[in-house]
Formats: sequence, C-alpha cells, structure tokens
Amino acid sequence: MAYREAVQPKIIITGADLTRIVDRIAHQILEKTDGARDTILLGVPTRGVPVAHRLAARIRAFEGVEVPVGTLDITLYRDDLRLRGARALGPTDLPPGGIDGRRVILVDDVLFSGRTIRAALDALADLGRPRIVQLAVLVDRGHRELPIRADYVGKNIPTAIDESVRVMLTETDGTDEVRITGKDSA
Amino acid sequence: MNSYLIKGVRVVDGEPTDLLLRDGIVAETGRGLSAKGAEVVDADGLVALPGLVDLHTHLREPGREDAETVDSGSRAAALGGYTAVCAMANTSPVADTAGVVEQVWRLGREAGLVDVQPIGAVTVGLAGERLAELGAMADSAARVRIFSDDGNCVADPRLMRRALEYVKGFDGVIAQHAEEPRLTEGAQMHEGIESARLGLPGWPAVAEEAIIARDVLLAEHVGARLHVCHVSAAGSVEILRWAKRRERLTGRPSKVTAEVTPHHLLLTDDRASGYDPVFKVNPPLRTAEDVAALRAGLVEGVIDAVATDHAPHAVQDKECEWGYARPGMLGLETALSIVVEALLGDLGWDGIAERMSRTPARIAGLADHGHNPAKGRPANLTLIDPSATWTVEPTALASRSRNTPYAGFTLPAKVVATFLHGQPTVLDGKVLR
Amino acid sequence: MNIRHLLSASDLDRRDATAVLDTATEMAAMAGREVKKLPTLRGKTVVNLFYEDSTRTRISFEAAAKRLSADVINFSAKGSSVSKGESLKDTALTLQAMGADAVVIRHPASGAPHRLAHWIDGTVLNAGDGTHEHPTQALLDAYTMRSRHGRIEGLKVAIVGDVLHSRVARSNVHLLHTLGAHVTLVAPPTLIPVGVTGWPADVGYDLDAVLPGVDVVMMLRVQRERMTDSFFPSEREYARRYGLDADRVRALPSHAIVMHPGPMNRGMEIAPEVADSARSTIVEQVANGVSVRMAVLYLMLGGVK
Repeated sequence: MAYREAVQPKIIITGADLTRIVDRIAHQILEKTDGARDTILLGVPTRGVPVAHRLAARIRAFEGVEVPVGTLDITLYRDDLRLRGARALGPTDLPPGGIDGRRVILVDDVLFSGRTIRAALDALADLGRPRIVQLAVLVDRGHRELPIRADYVGKNIPTAIDESVRVMLTETDGTDEVRITGKDSA
Repeated sequence: MNSYLIKGVRVVDGEPTDLLLRDGIVAETGRGLSAKGAEVVDADGLVALPGLVDLHTHLREPGREDAETVDSGSRAAALGGYTAVCAMANTSPVADTAGVVEQVWRLGREAGLVDVQPIGAVTVGLAGERLAELGAMADSAARVRIFSDDGNCVADPRLMRRALEYVKGFDGVIAQHAEEPRLTEGAQMHEGIESARLGLPGWPAVAEEAIIARDVLLAEHVGARLHVCHVSAAGSVEILRWAKRRERLTGRPSKVTAEVTPHHLLLTDDRASGYDPVFKVNPPLRTAEDVAALRAGLVEGVIDAVATDHAPHAVQDKECEWGYARPGMLGLETALSIVVEALLGDLGWDGIAERMSRTPARIAGLADHGHNPAKGRPANLTLIDPSATWTVEPTALASRSRNTPYAGFTLPAKVVATFLHGQPTVLDGKVLR
Repeated sequence: MNIRHLLSASDLDRRDATAVLDTATEMAAMAGREVKKLPTLRGKTVVNLFYEDSTRTRISFEAAAKRLSADVINFSAKGSSVSKGESLKDTALTLQAMGADAVVIRHPASGAPHRLAHWIDGTVLNAGDGTHEHPTQALLDAYTMRSRHGRIEGLKVAIVGDVLHSRVARSNVHLLHTLGAHVTLVAPPTLIPVGVTGWPADVGYDLDAVLPGVDVVMMLRVQRERMTDSFFPSEREYARRYGLDADRVRALPSHAIVMHPGPMNRGMEIAPEVADSARSTIVEQVANGVSVRMAVLYLMLGGVK
C-alpha cells in the first residue's frame, strides 16, 4: 500500500472487514494451538478486551471450545508514565485457574512501538508463569521500537510515524471500523 | 551645628511654607524665608509632620543583638519618620533596674538617630510576682515614666492594683499587655473559624477584653493612669468606649489610654493560611470585623495612639514551624504608610499627627516631642512625600531582622527626611549614618 | 491529579478523591497476587520524615512505596526539638539535595508540611500534622466506607470524640463533604472548636440522639490527659456520655458500621466487645491504608518528571 497524505480521517477497515479479520484470527488460533487447548485470552484494555471476547465467541462458534478470557491492565508497568502522566487504572481479571503453565494469548487492537506489549509481558511475569505467551492484534502498523512481533495479525497497515490509527469497536465506540488520520487533522 | 531651611512644605494640613531649623528649634516660619549658611531642603509637595513617637518598640538590646540593636532599631525608626521611641523592657537582662534602663538610654544617645526612651519592667524579671524598683528607674538618668511587662500580662489583680497605685508617686503609667494567661496557654492565633480550620490553638479575644475591663476598673478605683497596649479586638474597643464614657460621667479626666498597631489596622487572621510565621504575632491578627472596629475606635478617639510593637526576630526564630516561631512583626519602617493606607481619608494628616506623634508624646511624657513644627518649638519633625509609593523589600529594611508581614506590598507615602533636634537623621529617604 | 502536594483533604476535589478511591480498589486487587511488587515508581525516592512515633502510618506508607518499587528512606527525626537538633528548614534542604521525589511527613506542629512544601521541589504528603489534618487517613476511611456501603454520596456519618484536637476529624469532614456525605460531629462542647461554624458539618452533643440515624459512626481517640485540663470531669463520665458500648451499638441501624482510626482506648471511647464486633472495620482500615497510600503515591508521583 502506498504512502498516504491523509488529512481527513480515512476508513481503512470497514465493519464487514473487521468481522472477517476476527474470524480469520480465530481460525489461526485454533490451527496453531491444537484446537485452543489449555489456552486463555488476555485482553489489554481498553480495546483489546472486547477483541478477546469476540475471538472467544468465534472460537466457540467454530469448534464449540470454551476459551477463558481475562483482562490485563498494564498501566502500572508502562515506561512512559513520566511523559504522559498518571492515568486511571483498568481492572486486571485473570480467569479461574490463573496463567501458570497455560498458553496465554495477549490480545490488543493495534501493535505499534511494542512498548505496551513489553509492559504486558512484565505484568504477566508478576502474575505467574505461563507455558507460552503469544500475541494477537487486529492491526500491525509497524514502527517497532522493541524486538516484539505478533503471532496473529489481522491486517498489516504501513503508516507514517505521525499518522494515527484508530480502531473503533461497537462495544467501546458504537461502531466497527478502523480509521487512519494524518497528523494535521488529529 | 548646621541650620536647615525647608522650602515649600505643607505643615500637617496647612498651606505651603518655609521652616528654618536652627539651634534645635524651629527658628522661623513663613513664605520666602532665606538664611545665610543654611542648607536648603526643597520640600515642594511634601508634608511636614511632628516627628513620630512610638510607644511600643522592641529594640532587643541587650540580649538579642542578632535580631536588633539600639543602633539598627534607631536607623529603622528614623527612616520611618520617628524621632522618639519607647524601648520595651523585655530584653535580656530584663530592663527592671536603673542600671539596665540607663544602659539602653545611653545606647540611644550614642546612636543619636532618635530619642530612645526606655520603658521599665513592672515586675522583677517580668515574672509577675513582685514589683521591680520602679522608683529607682524613674529617678535614673533614663527618667522612666512608662512601665510594662509587655510580652507578659501583669495578670495578678492585686499586683496590678499596687503597680497602678505606686507609679502615681512620679506620674508614671502602667502599659498593660492585656492577656489573661490561663486563657491563652499554648495559643497560636486568633480563636475563630480560621484557627478551627488550621488546627492551631486559639487565642480568644476574651482573654484581652477581660483584662482590659478589670484594669479599667482597677485604675479608676485607685485614680491611676492606665495605658492599654496593642488593642486587637472589637470587644476591647467597646470596653474602652465604655470606660471613657464612664469617666466623662464621673467628671474626672480620662486616665485610660490605648494604642493599636498598624498590623491590627490592616491584616486579618486568614493570613495564617500558609502557616508562614511572619504573620504570627501577639496579640494575634483577628477578623475583618475586629479591624473595622479598631479603625473606628482610632478615628473616634477611643483608641488614642498608633504604636508599632516593632518586634524584630532572627531568621531562625521565624523560618520554622508556626508553633515554634516567636510572635512579632517589624513595624517602624512601614507604620506611617500602613496608617496612610488604612485611614488617611478618615483622619487627614492632622489626625495622623495626633495619633502617631502628639498623643503618644503626651502619654510618654516626652516634652520635646509631639509638637507641630511652629516657631519656637523643638525641631523634631519628619517630611513625607504623600504621592510616592514604594514596595516593601525585606532585605532593604534597616532593621537587622526581616520579619515584615508586608513583603511585596506596595504602600503609599514615603518618608523623605527626618530631623531630630534640628539635625537631619534622614535625607532623601536615606539614613545619615 | 493536578495537585503537587497533599497537605489537606480540602486539596482534593471530588474528581481527584474519586480517582484515589478507584485506583485504590485496583491496588487492593494486587495485594492478593503472588508478586506484590509493581515497577511503577522505579527510580523514585520517597522519604518518610517522621517527627512523631507512628509505626502504623510509617509502615503503611513504607509498604505502599515499596510495592510500587520506589526507594524508601526512613528519616526518624523524633527527639530533634527546636532548641537542639536540625531545624525543619535545614532538613528540607538536605532532602532537596538528596533529590527526594516525595516526602511523607508526620509532625507534631500544625502546618509543618506547608512549610516543608515551601522549601522543597518534591511532592509533600501530609501524614498527620499536629491538630490539623491527616488526609490519607480520611481517604482510607472513605475507602472503607465505600467498600462496606457501596457509596459515599448521601451517607450519614457521625464523628464522635475529641474533634478539637483531632486531625482525623478535620480531614474527614472536608473529604466526606467533598464526596457528598453528611457529617455530624458529636462531642462534649469543650471538645468542639469555637470556629466549627465554618465547617460543613452539623454539631450535636447527645450521642444517643444521633446514633439511630447514622450509616457510619467513627469514634475518635480521646487522650486521658485531656481530663486533667478540664475538658471533661472523668474518664467514667466521658465513657458514659460519649463511649460506644454494646447498648449504644444496639441503637444503630443494622447496616451501620463502626470505625476508629486507632490507636484505641478500649473502655474509654469504645468498648472492647464493640471494637471486636463484626460491625467494626478497624482491622480493615489498616489493610486499606496500604492500598490507598499506593494510589496516592501512584497518582501524585507516577506522572511527575
């Protein structure tokens, strides 16, 4: 995809696209995890949480498997508190049985610098010892600042560093779509 | 001795005139004076007041020369327009003997910037237990007439009665620091809404009012003079008003006088909000209602005089926790400006001269002071620029201490020159030594 | 939070206070984890500057700071009086030179934290100053009330005892008012400040008249020495008129809770069986203290450069 000079927000993924993307990730998870055996999904607030629930629902629909879903708030592990100020905390809820010895798939909406996932890995280490940790994201927009990659990617979207990618979900934003906005109109 | 010709000055509220100061007196007055050899002081637009007289100054010497000395306090006084100050007795050692009061008196003479009139302690060591040698102090070179345990109240009613009576023998006066000590144990500020909020033990106004009421009755009973120091509460004004009315009814001349400080005429207890001890003072800053009553009392004459209660404190005694800080504020260099700020409209220059010079001189028995500059009178006067304003900068003050509550305030009226016995102590706003 | 120091509970507006309580809820959830430590304040230095013994408060702040990975320095200044030892200002300059990011101060003089805040760049947290305030105690009390009652808005709270000398009462009155509770102060008139008219609270002298209508009764510690200064005639009379005993607890609505900031005078302001009853939140209050102080440290230091 070519470099865009986006000034107006541009819808790059529609609601229908989003449904297909979630379905595809759910299938990939089932494939790569031997039918989601001994696997839990941990959504990273805010939008990683509904995505995790959607994935669990699709997995249930495809294979009748119940994948436990939890949330992992990483605010207290961020390395940019000094820059961005203290912010309200989200909840951390682990599914019954915890994470020890299980396959944990972190779920987030956008993968960018990798710092959020770095913080999530630190938070996970304080909560227990998973057998394996994987990462699922709806969008990978590049510009990694850490050696982190996703195991499941809905869509790769090359972006300019100063653009902003905004995932909107019915649960949190009232609509399903992904927008890209140039810096000027942000 | 030089002579000085002051040109074009308004004496108090009068029309511009010239004043020739020679041999310690005002030798001539009138327009267009000239005098050979006299130094000319252009006083166009300035106001001449009789040199101010402070009934209540803490010079701290002997004992706390790190906070103030007779010399540094005299400089501050001269810059504030004062030609005489009454030095409080709570020094270390206490001024409770002829020796100490003579020492202070002599230091004042050596400084030579204001007439320093020592106040003697009422009781030995300010302890409130037995009378100091009041007569010996009266007979000393210092010729003490005002006696005060200021800082402490003469709380024992029997002892107060005796003191009031005893000093009648040499036309003395007891200046009472009115504070019932049992009601103010541990007190830190005015007891009211602010003290409740700040969690500081309160100093109830009744502790002052109760002592004033008692002392007014005691003084009347024994026919003695009473001077009430630093009146701070509206209730006290009411009691003094009652006392003076009562004396008019009895047909005897009023023997009760009272003073108020500039800070009690301007500042209120909410200044304590930041716990900066520069606002800690005894008696404490009170409410806006009290300030209004004090101003009204001063205008009405229920309160006779403004006195500074100039109380220098070393930095370490103020840059600390409120509860550990010593009470007191600087006052000499700002007093006139504060009174102008608060009350020039109500008092006029003559009213200010009355309350800051003539009346205090009369109370203190200082015959050379408190006279409007007029032919033949002692040349103790100060020249004020009524249109100037200035900003208080603590480090620029002449006092050794920095504890002014007015730091950063922009105030009206500036002392341009002060003359003591015909010689300048301040010229062009600068002290001459 | 936009405030730099926490000197008084009145420094907190409703949004800030609610943020502290919400954050404390999340912090409390971490207390159950295997690894209780969070990296949030790594590299920050928190100094506990205590001029009074208060093991309970000091340990609470220390645990809170350590769980957030701050470096904690305990500076016990007790015994340093005005005449001997270092002045508060010199201590402040020392802490400033050490680069303290926050100073938690407990001091017998009202307003000492205000002075400290005047002299240092770091954040000052008032951990109890004289007879002035103890804002984090009020926050943990509010947290405890909210976790027991599910809300604070509209709660009726009686604060009973030595209001005059109580920093806990002052902070609670401010904070509970901010959060929409209704406070009634109950004490012998000698132990109510003359200037109480400036407080957003009602005043009553009859405990028995107040108890049936409250959701929370908070008993304050009453020092026995007050008796010698004639604030009340005897311990027995105080306990009879203002002590919370089993009979008085029966007069409380069934849902009402009993609080006490500690340390208690059992048999004086609170009967032992009341202190140990199921309505009592006294042990909870201590546990909640750590979560609330973590929340305060996080919100005040987390975003500071």
